[in-house]
Amino acid sequence: MLSANFVIFIAVAYVFLLFILAYFSDRVSKRGGKSFLNSPLVYTLSISVYATSWTFYGAVGSAARSGLEFLAIYLGPTIIFVGWWFILRKLVRIGREQRITSIADLLSSRFGKSNRLGVLVTLIAVIGTTPYIALQLKAITTSIQVISASENSPSLSGVDDGSLALGIAALMALFTIFFGTRNINANEQHHGVVAAIAFEAIVKLVAFLAVGIFVVFYIGSGVGNIFTSASEANIDIYSANNFGPRWIAILFLSAAAILCLPRQFQITVVENSNEDHLRTAGWAFPAYLFLMSIFTIPIALYGLSTLPAGSNPDMFVLTLPLSEGNSLLALFAFIGGFSSATSMIIIATIALSIMISNHIVMPIALRSSDNLGTEDGRGISKLLLTSRRISIAMVLFLGFLYFWFAGNSDALAAIGLISFAGVAQFLPSMLAALYWREATVKGAIAATLVGFLVWGWTLFLPSFGTSSQFLANIIDNGPWGLSFLRPQALFGLENMDPLVHSVFWSILLNSFTLIIGSLISKQSSLERIQANLFVDIFSLKSKNQEKFLRRSATANDLMFVTQRVLGGKRALAIFDNFAKQSGVRREELIVTPDFISLLEKELAGSIGAASAHVVLSKVLSGGEVSLEEVMQIADETQQVIEYSHRLEQTTKKLRSTAKELKQANFRLRELDSQKDDFLSKVSHEVRTPMTSIRSFSEILLTHKDLSEEQRMKFVNTINEESKRLTSLLDEILDLNALERGERVWQNRPLNGEDVLKRVINICNPLALQKNISLFRKKIAREDLINGDADRLAQVFINLISNAIKYNDAKDPIIEVNSYSTKDKYIVEVIDNGAGISAQDADIIFEKFARGRRNNNGDDGGLGLGLAISREIVGKMNGKLELVNNSSKGACFRVSLPLGKKKSLMVAQ
Amino acid sequence: MNIDILIAEDEPGILESLEFILQRAGWTVSSVTDGELVIEAINKLKPKILVLDVMLPKKSGFEVLKQLRLNEDTKNLPVLILTAKGQRQDKRQAEMLGASAFITKPYANDDVIDGVRQLLNLVKFTNSQ
Repeated sequence: MLSANFVIFIAVAYVFLLFILAYFSDRVSKRGGKSFLNSPLVYTLSISVYATSWTFYGAVGSAARSGLEFLAIYLGPTIIFVGWWFILRKLVRIGREQRITSIADLLSSRFGKSNRLGVLVTLIAVIGTTPYIALQLKAITTSIQVISASENSPSLSGVDDGSLALGIAALMALFTIFFGTRNINANEQHHGVVAAIAFEAIVKLVAFLAVGIFVVFYIGSGVGNIFTSASEANIDIYSANNFGPRWIAILFLSAAAILCLPRQFQITVVENSNEDHLRTAGWAFPAYLFLMSIFTIPIALYGLSTLPAGSNPDMFVLTLPLSEGNSLLALFAFIGGFSSATSMIIIATIALSIMISNHIVMPIALRSSDNLGTEDGRGISKLLLTSRRISIAMVLFLGFLYFWFAGNSDALAAIGLISFAGVAQFLPSMLAALYWREATVKGAIAATLVGFLVWGWTLFLPSFGTSSQFLANIIDNGPWGLSFLRPQALFGLENMDPLVHSVFWSILLNSFTLIIGSLISKQSSLERIQANLFVDIFSLKSKNQEKFLRRSATANDLMFVTQRVLGGKRALAIFDNFAKQSGVRREELIVTPDFISLLEKELAGSIGAASAHVVLSKVLSGGEVSLEEVMQIADETQQVIEYSHRLEQTTKKLRSTAKELKQANFRLRELDSQKDDFLSKVSHEVRTPMTSIRSFSEILLTHKDLSEEQRMKFVNTINEESKRLTSLLDEILDLNALERGERVWQNRPLNGEDVLKRVINICNPLALQKNISLFRKKIAREDLINGDADRLAQVFINLISNAIKYNDAKDPIIEVNSYSTKDKYIVEVIDNGAGISAQDADIIFEKFARGRRNNNGDDGGLGLGLAISREIVGKMNGKLELVNNSSKGACFRVSLPLGKKKSLMVAQ
Repeated sequence: MNIDILIAEDEPGILESLEFILQRAGWTVSSVTDGELVIEAINKLKPKILVLDVMLPKKSGFEVLKQLRLNEDTKNLPVLILTAKGQRQDKRQAEMLGASAFITKPYANDDVIDGVRQLLNLVKFTNSQ
């Protein structure tokens, strides 16, 4: 009645329905509305991903073969949810608080963010889960075969198992990629997927119940009849060795599986949106499992008693309705089984892809490339999505490959429990993570690795035993004939159920290694902090992450770190001191922000501010150095850089200041030596006339016999020298005043030629007296300049009287020229004396500098005249210089800027 | 022509007073007014001592002194240094260069006469040996 094509069509249509359901659920949850999606019911239903096709079909088969063994599979999770819910609650709380993304992340995070452990757990999870996915593919293809083989044409219509499985795997990959990697959510929640899983949970439950009700009440005429007819047919499923070691081992494994299976962890911990949902799940999930198992035994018994011998009990759920001609129910049952399979595939794949991308791809990517984080983390999130998508495809392809190569071997049939035993190797470390503070990462890695190797050797490897002569030989005789290493009789433990044997050895050695390893190795401070965060999760009350983290750091944690950095004595001193200040004992010290900043300062003194901040951040936030904190640190680094930049600038400024100071100092010293020089010269200039005065006074006093003529001469000298002394002092004061600008200097428009004429008139008698001819060659037209007439006259007098004084030529002449250029009025005083040597030319304008002295005894020169003249000309914005002249003598030139034409006209 | 004292001084007033007091004290005196003329005058006049001003035109008194001390003939000629600067540094330099006495302007006439007399006595004493 049902063609394979039709069944496949129904399956594809069902997946399409899941697409639509997931799509709309995603949209609803994105709008953020509170909906059924966030209800505890959906959560509970999604947990039932535990019940795979292995349970849907296999439970009946297991019951038919081994009696109540199947019950253990249901009882394990029930015990956890009902009796040991506190483990789940702790897991969920930690998962939420620490933003755990997978079981690998949980263990890695707890054990000091060890990536090695994360990689190890991921690899084990992949190895343990891939065959399980293959098992689901196998269940689907088998069920399609069964449901369509009941028709007249036993072979599938042109579709073989392989391509069917590949098609399903591809479809699942498509669904998982579409809804599992739509975006990278901080808490890795996939509302669309969860909704679809919950829907599938209902479908499989209803389908199974429908088959059960159909079998028991429709064709089997009640439970009593079924049992009666079964016992009549001598079917005794209780004779199997129930409740023995194997049963307990299975119970243990299923209990471990509900905690350790990557897909269970994903649903129970990661996808949990509200901790309170666990309360509902605590009773609803066991109830679900109860409902799922309630008809298992009746179906098994009825199938065994009514169906022909040799029928596959694993397919009773399908074959019983078919045998009664109820193909619609059979189809429904198929959909139920299909649901169990697909939900497992989807969640397992998502969980594995997260683990692979977070613990294998990301660390490699981050290590090999350091520019990923530069584009606001977009590079990372893109890489994550891509790596997840590829991981999903890869996991499903691996599952398919396993199915392809081992599809018909015994390996697949037993894989359910083998897989459980594999992931159970996480259990010791996981429990230690939650409850044993002293467990170390070295212990955890060694333990997990040992458990995994023992599991692989004693259980996984032998599952291939029938397919290889070489393996079979090892199983029988041990490797290299070492019988104590025989996989199913390790260390001589013989005649044991292989599963029990494997679970015993793997879990024993695993736990033993964990304990010994943790005891002999030491925790890093980060591990210790993480351990406290995990173990004490419930004593950390605050919801606020930051406050919570702050509180999480106990004085002990801080002490621990401080001791490491500063040494025991110093750390104790700091803590004691602060405790004293707060008036408590050290043991009662409460960690306050003040204390933290104090500590940070102390630590910074030893390891630098940035490092101290990182260290304390790690302690305070439990190693959770968030992006924000990293930014903060980066910000501080920036500040440090800016500070050092400022420091550099300050240093530069200081350096330039020092240079300026040096220059100023140099200048001061120069000025000081100039002052010394000046004083020395003044002293000399004063002492010289004083010497004459004193000497002659003494002569006059001592020698009374002087002639009147002599007496007059000496008195006259005294008088002259006194006047010289006076004028010297006047000049010194005058020069000082000019230099310091003490006198108010006013430049007025004046006619330079008027001044010059006046000076010539004054100087003429002096020249005549000395027999010097003073004459003018060039005379400027009357031009206005800006200046002080009397001061200008002083300059001219100084120049001309110098020329008169020092001209020792035979026929001394002095030529005074004046002329105007475009913008200057120029006066030159030229003599035909000996001239001024190049050496003297350099110093002639300096104070007390005197050129060669004339020999005729007349000397009124003080050496200040030219210095004063130059000062005066400078005040009138002009220039006084000694110029090279064609004549032999000296030529002094005064050039003064001409006044404006306008003022000239006004003046005229 | 041997004289007692050669004076090298450019300030006319000072020179006049020096000539007056030293002649009055009974010595024969001659004078030059710039540094370049000193050596020549010494060679010509053979004075017993030299009264030397430091601030001389053309060649400073210190330079003249240095030159005198380098010359074998004038190596031991007593020299009385006169200076208007009166600074310790000048005195030290004068001693270093081999000045026999050092007098600061303005001076007391008697100091000059005493200084000159001592130097002349020294000459007499040396010659008598």
